[in-house]
Amino acid sequence: MREVQWPRNDYSRVPYFLYHDAEIYKEEQAKIFRGRTWSMLCLAAEIPLAGDFRTTWLGDTPVIVQRAQDMSVHAFVNRCAHRGALVRRETHGNAQSHICIYHRWSYSQQGDLTGIPFQRGVRGQGGLDKCFEKSEHGLEVLRVEVFKEIVFGTFSDEAEPLVDYLGPMMREHIATLMKAPIKVLGYQRQAIDGNWKLYAENLRDTYHASLLHEFLVTFGLDRATQQGGVAMDERHRHNLTFAVASSDSDAEANQAYGAHSINSDKLTLRAPALLKFLPEFDDQRSLSISSMFPNAAFQRLNNSLAVRQIQPKGVDKFVLVWTFFGYADDTTEMSEHRLRQMNLLGPAGLVSMEDAEAIEIAHRTSRVVPERHSVIEMGGGGEISDRNYRITDVPLRGFWSYYAELMGIEPDGAVR
Amino acid sequence: MITAKQRFAVYDLYANYASTADACRFDDWLNLFAPICSYRIISRENYAAGMPLCLMLCESRDMLIDRIVSLQRANEYAIHVDRHMISGIRVTQAQGDLLSVEANFLVGQTNSEGELSMYVMGSYHDTVQISDEQAFFVDKKVIVDNGCIPHAISTPI
Repeated sequence: MREVQWPRNDYSRVPYFLYHDAEIYKEEQAKIFRGRTWSMLCLAAEIPLAGDFRTTWLGDTPVIVQRAQDMSVHAFVNRCAHRGALVRRETHGNAQSHICIYHRWSYSQQGDLTGIPFQRGVRGQGGLDKCFEKSEHGLEVLRVEVFKEIVFGTFSDEAEPLVDYLGPMMREHIATLMKAPIKVLGYQRQAIDGNWKLYAENLRDTYHASLLHEFLVTFGLDRATQQGGVAMDERHRHNLTFAVASSDSDAEANQAYGAHSINSDKLTLRAPALLKFLPEFDDQRSLSISSMFPNAAFQRLNNSLAVRQIQPKGVDKFVLVWTFFGYADDTTEMSEHRLRQMNLLGPAGLVSMEDAEAIEIAHRTSRVVPERHSVIEMGGGGEISDRNYRITDVPLRGFWSYYAELMGIEPDGAVR
Repeated sequence: MITAKQRFAVYDLYANYASTADACRFDDWLNLFAPICSYRIISRENYAAGMPLCLMLCESRDMLIDRIVSLQRANEYAIHVDRHMISGIRVTQAQGDLLSVEANFLVGQTNSEGELSMYVMGSYHDTVQISDEQAFFVDKKVIVDNGCIPHAISTPI
């Protein structure tokens, strides 16, 4: 692997080649996604019944998440031990076993290899050697933990327990979001032509939010003049961004944004129900989005609730999967309100459609200058710490510090 | 049974839908909808699973107008030209002045440097109102087969 020269030890300069190098991508799969991190796999509500399974991705490894007959949750690699074929091709289903269509090798709900057609051949001819041990050829099994009805997995025996990995900040945020039994309302998927880390950065970048997403400012949904801030876990790998609605005045916002040619003259919606915020959490936050290293985000924006999963698809592409949900005891009106508010997010989101374009243009033009670097200095350089303001991208440096640690590419005297 | 004139009005409606959307003539596009109307884009994945979540949901003409105003005033998106190919328009049911109409669509997208890519493909499942041999959308469901949307959705499909 090419040696990484960090211009500064506080990650305020990130070399562009980290987003574009095939060797780096390969190392990330091994050391980050298959390394000592936890990734979000799915929601427990997606596999409520014994036998339910869902296929997903951990990094670029295909994974089956399965609820067994005893209701325990298992996860294993969705790749036949025989010839490497995808075993389960459906997105979800219910099954006692998983059978690869190629040669009909079959696996249990725990991923054990249970059946090999013609293992002893036909009429005493062919088949496998007698010494072939089925138990050595199961599907590779992940460690699984379920926290607040969200299913997480890791390939690493060295990964710390999930609750420690999440830390108090993430645990509290997830516990608030998952305060009651949920029901999944549906999925949105989006294929973005950019490196997955550009999205990890985007999630941690509160500086861009009200500048790129003009809808937020124009309709007073999220403005840097509102109360809010960013908080990280102890290791600075995860991030929480939050804001409190109606904590600033329109006049204050007009003054702050007017100087930057941003249209903050509040437009009125003909159908303002779209923006209605029905407080349902104790903290009064209208926006609260946490990002978990490396592959997930947990979101509430007004009453729109979702988890997002990042699936890297090579250096130049990732797929973003949004799973929207409400609570099982939502009234019809509340369900309709959540479904309406979904208009704000996802690939057609009034406040999120810009992210794809921002990532794609950053990816496209940084590719040809791998030797150059980005500048990440909002909120100042040096120490990586929480801020009670929003014009900051310090959490990006937090992301890179943990990334560099896992990849074994920290500079001398690295800030963590 | 619908008349030939009504059938032509339905065909014209879809032709005008494609041409106004592709030319970003959104005011004219809006006028293809009845005063009381709804419009939604939903992935085949959710539609087939009976899940209600849409990619875009406009439950009223006002919400459609808000969408268009936001596109014109607030949103940033890739500079592009869409081209709708609509085919297989078929009236599946007629009841009074309301018709159930289905059609297939394919949208190609060309970027600012003239490169073309396949964007979305799917089917329309619509309710169309026929009045005075003019047709309007009362309810338009855009079911996108490739629910894993390339880039993003900005302009209507």
